[in-house]
Amino acid sequence: MTNASLVDLTLYLADSTLVLGQRNGDWCGHGPVLEQDIAITNITLDLIGQARSFYQYAAQLIGNGCTEDQLAYWRNEREFKNCLLCERPNGDWAQTILRQTFFSFYQRELFAQLLNGNDSTLSAIAEKSLKEISYHCRWSGEWVCRLGDGTEESHRRLEAATENLWPYVGELFIAAPYETAMQIDTAAIKKGWSDAIDTLFTEATLSPVSLSSTFMHTGGKTGQHTEALGYLLAEMQYVQRSFPGCEW
Amino acid sequence: MENHNLETRFQNKIDQEIKIEPRDWMPDAYRKTNIRQISQHAHSEIVGMLPEGNWISRAPSLKRKAILLAKVQDEAGHGLYLYAAAETLGQSREQMIEDLHSGRAKYSSIFNYPTLTWADMGAIGWLVDGAAIMNQVMLTRTSYGPYARAMVRICKEESFHQRQGFEVLLVLSKGSEAQKAMCQDAINRWWWPALMMFGPRDSESTNSDMSMKWKIKRKSNDELRQQFVDMIAEQVKLLNMTLPDAQLRYNENTKHYDFGEINWDEFWQVVKGNGPCNKERLAARKKAWEEGRWVREAATAYAAKQKQKQKAA
Repeated sequence: MTNASLVDLTLYLADSTLVLGQRNGDWCGHGPVLEQDIAITNITLDLIGQARSFYQYAAQLIGNGCTEDQLAYWRNEREFKNCLLCERPNGDWAQTILRQTFFSFYQRELFAQLLNGNDSTLSAIAEKSLKEISYHCRWSGEWVCRLGDGTEESHRRLEAATENLWPYVGELFIAAPYETAMQIDTAAIKKGWSDAIDTLFTEATLSPVSLSSTFMHTGGKTGQHTEALGYLLAEMQYVQRSFPGCEW
Repeated sequence: MENHNLETRFQNKIDQEIKIEPRDWMPDAYRKTNIRQISQHAHSEIVGMLPEGNWISRAPSLKRKAILLAKVQDEAGHGLYLYAAAETLGQSREQMIEDLHSGRAKYSSIFNYPTLTWADMGAIGWLVDGAAIMNQVMLTRTSYGPYARAMVRICKEESFHQRQGFEVLLVLSKGSEAQKAMCQDAINRWWWPALMMFGPRDSESTNSDMSMKWKIKRKSNDELRQQFVDMIAEQVKLLNMTLPDAQLRYNENTKHYDFGEINWDEFWQVVKGNGPCNKERLAARKKAWEEGRWVREAATAYAAKQKQKQKAA
């Protein structure tokens, strides 16, 4: 069973980074200013790179000639394990920034555990990714401050984004069966994450939000998603599926 | 110093292959021509992100998705260097962007063609970047220093893109019948527009004479176009594909490929705004700029507040 849990955890990590990368990729060429277009594309590239490392590892664990592309392009909505947060629509720049912040701050905590965990491959991927994640946290955190403490409009938009996204963060801290099996300590992740977000929100002049006072959606980690995911996968997967068995 | 003395000194420098730098005296027309050309080039990079950006979400493999993202991001980087080079001539980036949006400034017409299949990512890399490189290699020796230096960096990345584009097509050309057909179709659609990228025939090019004298340009449109045809006519053989020109054949006398007549009516129609995607491309740029306004304002306001805080401390 440990192997099944390891595969599931690896797919959870792969799917979450791919789906967020797929979302962020839509900003490429459409950013609010050229420098930030480049920055978010950098982050997207990092996320796709992380996804590839996880998919390649999952494919290796599954065996039988499984490949990264089979896992990314030939699994359906109910098989994807990404957290719901990552599939939420881009919205405006505030929503995109906040989604990135919530996820990167979460990754920082989770990947620190993977780094010190028992699986040497996950540990190695985490080590490489943490360097990237630390930049993603800094970049997105700086934007939260800029928007929160910028103009009235940006403050208002960031508050609206918080209202939209907050119900999707709770899921991050509820362990899926494969996380429990793989000894992921979600309580510790929750503590580290909330402390950091509280500090950031204070700096950004945003009112702190409690994790316990809001209704939280769940299901992504075990394959029950919002309607948004189906469209995302349909677009992402269609070329592969239109021409089965081809090299690209 | 009298104006004509300044002009003589300026032309002497050019003739001696000394680069013109931002603080040097230069004729107004030289400044204007460079602003026009460099900003047009910058706009082409930025608008050029759109047709390829279309396919980031639909790239057929994770590897291709990553390569395409990196490529489109490189184009944003090229846009940045070029805007910076144009700024050294006294034009602000905001003004240049406004000129793009109002239609006063142009960008390369090639980006008004649609990207319809994945094979277009290959055809653009191979043919469009390939055509751009011909021009850009020449521009690494252009007389205005900042422009020439920007082009050196850009050329390195562009030739990488061209190889990647060719490789996309090479994989398709060895694939299934459907992939081969997709590959040939993309070549058919991009070939003539790529030839148009070199601009009107020399006999009809209005900006060319002074640009040659000032060494902004060093080769004529027709010379560059011929060089491109000669290169691609050879490379297409490696793909086992054909170029859609029944008149294309090697001429033993000239040692060049002869090729058919470009549809100049189509060329001018697209320049005038009637290409398949002119409206969409400009609308996408304007939308990004308009929707980004509050973001830029927030960043400015925040920076001002931080400055104030530092002063107070």
